[in-house]
Amino acid sequence: MDLRYGEAYDRLREEVRDFARRSWPPRGDEARLDEREQQIRFRRRAIEAGYLSRSVPAECGGGGRAVDVLAETVIRQELIAADVPWRSPSPQGTDMLVPTLLEEGTPEQCRRYIPPTLVGEMIWCQGYSEPGSGSDLGSLQSRAELDGDHWVLNGQKIWTSSAREADMMFGLFRTEAEPRSRGLSYLLIDMRTPGIEVRPLTMMTGGIDFCEVWFDDVRIPAESMVGRRGEGWKVSKATLKHERMLIGDASYLERAFEDLLRLARETRRDGRPAIEHADVRQRLAEIEGFVATQTWASHRMLSAIAADRDMTVINEMMMAKLSLTNTMERIAELSLDLLAEGGLTAPTTDEGGMRQGWRTPGKWVSNYMMSLGLSIAGGTSNIQRNLIGERILGLPRDLRP
Amino acid sequence: MDFALSEEQELLQQTLRGFIENECPPSVVRESFDAEAGPDPGLWKGLVELGIAGLLVPEERGGAGLGLLEAALAAEELGHGAVPAPFLGHALACVALVAGGSDAQKRRWLPALASGEAVASVALAEPSPEGSDAWDPAHWRCRIEDGRLRGRKAWVPQAAGADLLVVALAGGRLALAETGAGGVGIAPLDGVDRTRRLDAVDLDAAPAEPLEGDALPRVRDAGLVLLAADAFGAAYRLVRMSAEYAQSRQQFGQPIAQFQGLKHQLADMALDVDPTRSLWWYAAHAFDHLPAEAERAAALAKAHITDRAVQVARGAVRAHGGLGFTWECDVQIWFKRTLFDRAWLGTPEVHRERAAALGGW
Ligand SMILES: Cc1cc2nc3c(=O)[nH]c(=O)nc-3n(C[C@H](O)[C@H](O)[C@H](O)COP(=O)(O)OP(=O)(O)OC[C@H]3O[C@@H](n4cnc5c(N)ncnc54)[C@H](O)[C@@H]3O)c2cc1C
Repeated sequence: MDLRYGEAYDRLREEVRDFARRSWPPRGDEARLDEREQQIRFRRRAIEAGYLSRSVPAECGGGGRAVDVLAETVIRQELIAADVPWRSPSPQGTDMLVPTLLEEGTPEQCRRYIPPTLVGEMIWCQGYSEPGSGSDLGSLQSRAELDGDHWVLNGQKIWTSSAREADMMFGLFRTEAEPRSRGLSYLLIDMRTPGIEVRPLTMMTGGIDFCEVWFDDVRIPAESMVGRRGEGWKVSKATLKHERMLIGDASYLERAFEDLLRLARETRRDGRPAIEHADVRQRLAEIEGFVATQTWASHRMLSAIAADRDMTVINEMMMAKLSLTNTMERIAELSLDLLAEGGLTAPTTDEGGMRQGWRTPGKWVSNYMMSLGLSIAGGTSNIQRNLIGERILGLPRDLRP
Repeated sequence: MDFALSEEQELLQQTLRGFIENECPPSVVRESFDAEAGPDPGLWKGLVELGIAGLLVPEERGGAGLGLLEAALAAEELGHGAVPAPFLGHALACVALVAGGSDAQKRRWLPALASGEAVASVALAEPSPEGSDAWDPAHWRCRIEDGRLRGRKAWVPQAAGADLLVVALAGGRLALAETGAGGVGIAPLDGVDRTRRLDAVDLDAAPAEPLEGDALPRVRDAGLVLLAADAFGAAYRLVRMSAEYAQSRQQFGQPIAQFQGLKHQLADMALDVDPTRSLWWYAAHAFDHLPAEAERAAALAKAHITDRAVQVARGAVRAHGGLGFTWECDVQIWFKRTLFDRAWLGTPEVHRERAAALGGW
């Protein structure tokens, strides 16, 4: 056991730091560009340097480096610390669509869609859920029928995040007569195609991020399919192989806990900082136990993956989502108690709610609600429990149709 | 960055697990649990032959010269098997001698402890009528006068059977007392975990010599990590016992595991336990290599893991229904193991407050 990264990675760390200092914020002519364009340029340079999309092949517009989870971790840590726009403007694109195409797409699909997605010129949304099909995606009803060299789409998707801004959707549609998941195919859809209507939904926080997307005789080219007809389910699972790259990351939780500590320090209760009260200290330390567990569990996963051994960590990777969202919910609950009457504030979702990294009460209230969203999106907590029970403990599957 | 066990560490753990599966199956644990006398010395002898007694003793003193991580891996296996053996007190006495013994003290005791020729334990806590923390040195009153030790200690693990006691003094220094040298009265306590018997120790002018250095912080931190690892092993076992039982027990014409309410309880138990392996690994590694982080890491690991383990143990009883509530069912043995791990050296509350203070909160 050795928690040091070693000389090569320490050097990489220095290089990334240096790169970040030189590349952001934009100077000269670039400072006058709009923010989106600035970010695209930053991402392009970071990809060339091998600091973003590092292991995506160069012919697809990526860094073309060998997979190295430790390098990726060091780079991410430094980019976060430098406060550069490292975060993908389209996580659905970079984290889900790109790995899927690399695994299952044709060379033409890869060449066409991956490069603009990596730099943030092409924004994606994920069209899986429908009003009647959330946890049970195998039951979804939106259809695609072949008409000459076009697929014709009809139906409705719902809770589709980023659908308003998206240039493209990847989605599951029923193309075959086979029952349930065997009848589904994976399609890439240009959101400007006539017949698509996007209706924004207001979230409980008051923010607008997800939408209903209606399809009325939407015609897309036949070559829009990834994988073969009826294989959509398999294609949609291809990303899972790549998720292991993303999951060994506790930084999200660590930052949320730091924010909570700061709230406890700056909130006063009975004339003293809340953090001086015994009950608050107890709850904070209890939460830190969960956060530290996630931190070190992710270190363990990372080194197992880096050394390509001890794949018992796969079990813990399956637990990572529920661990994360449970802990986010604990953080949210304590924050609300600390806020006290501040909890009467309406949620604010705009970034103005974050003043110099500090959250206003409205931002905390919004955060309190968002922790629930996390526990629902991408497979609800109960679905995660089924997974843990069945795959890790070997318990029988639920009765399924 | 390498946060994984080495091949040697994995081998150590597998060897122990194999030995325990063969020599200390639940039937043997139960026999010892129900016996009037303490644990069977034969089992400890077997463990000693595998090197468990000298893990923390330097090579030049006849031990294996390994770190707390290796000792914690052993503790995990002992917790997993609910093994009735005097490992905890013995290992902590070794830590005390290594960290605070004079050269003569080390020479006198470490080879004997490493070879298993002598068994040791640690006498730390004192009953506190005021309801203060029994593990807080500020309340200890044991004293040495003219080379004679006076005072009362409680919750000493397996003092009966030990040759040597490391006794904590008022103010937090440590001293050595031989149980055979007179003045040491040992009386069994009716402890909850019968796999690790506890004794009260009455020190009435027992010949004793203080340890040279200030070793208590190291003993405490090592103890916290060993308890966390033990609790992890026990809780991990309880989750698996419960999952197995849920598949064999039929109600309403199907295995009860088919009922999602139960399945989800079991999944939550696994979620509470499995990822915490890394938390005690880190605390043990910090003890061995990262002195600035060791104290707080040990406090957090003990508080978190023993707290989760006790909750999981309650879940295991629930999963076993009426059977789980019986003395006959093995669940109660591991359940009580976790209660020991939670309370010994102080509750999660105590260590969370320490973590808060150490964190500058
Ligand atoms: C913030 C947010 C963003 C989202 N973004 C997207 C997106 O971009 N694209 C997209 O396609 N979808 C998106 N979704 C939708 C999300 O994937 C679904 O809401 C989720 O999968 C749950 O489906 P559902 O809403 O139909 O709930 P249901 O499946 O109806 O579940 C309702 C309740 O029943 C429980 N339940 C359901 N089945 C079981 C079972 N077998 N066992 C036990 N309990 C069960 C659930 O746990 C839940 O508590 C988003 C959702 C949220 C909240």
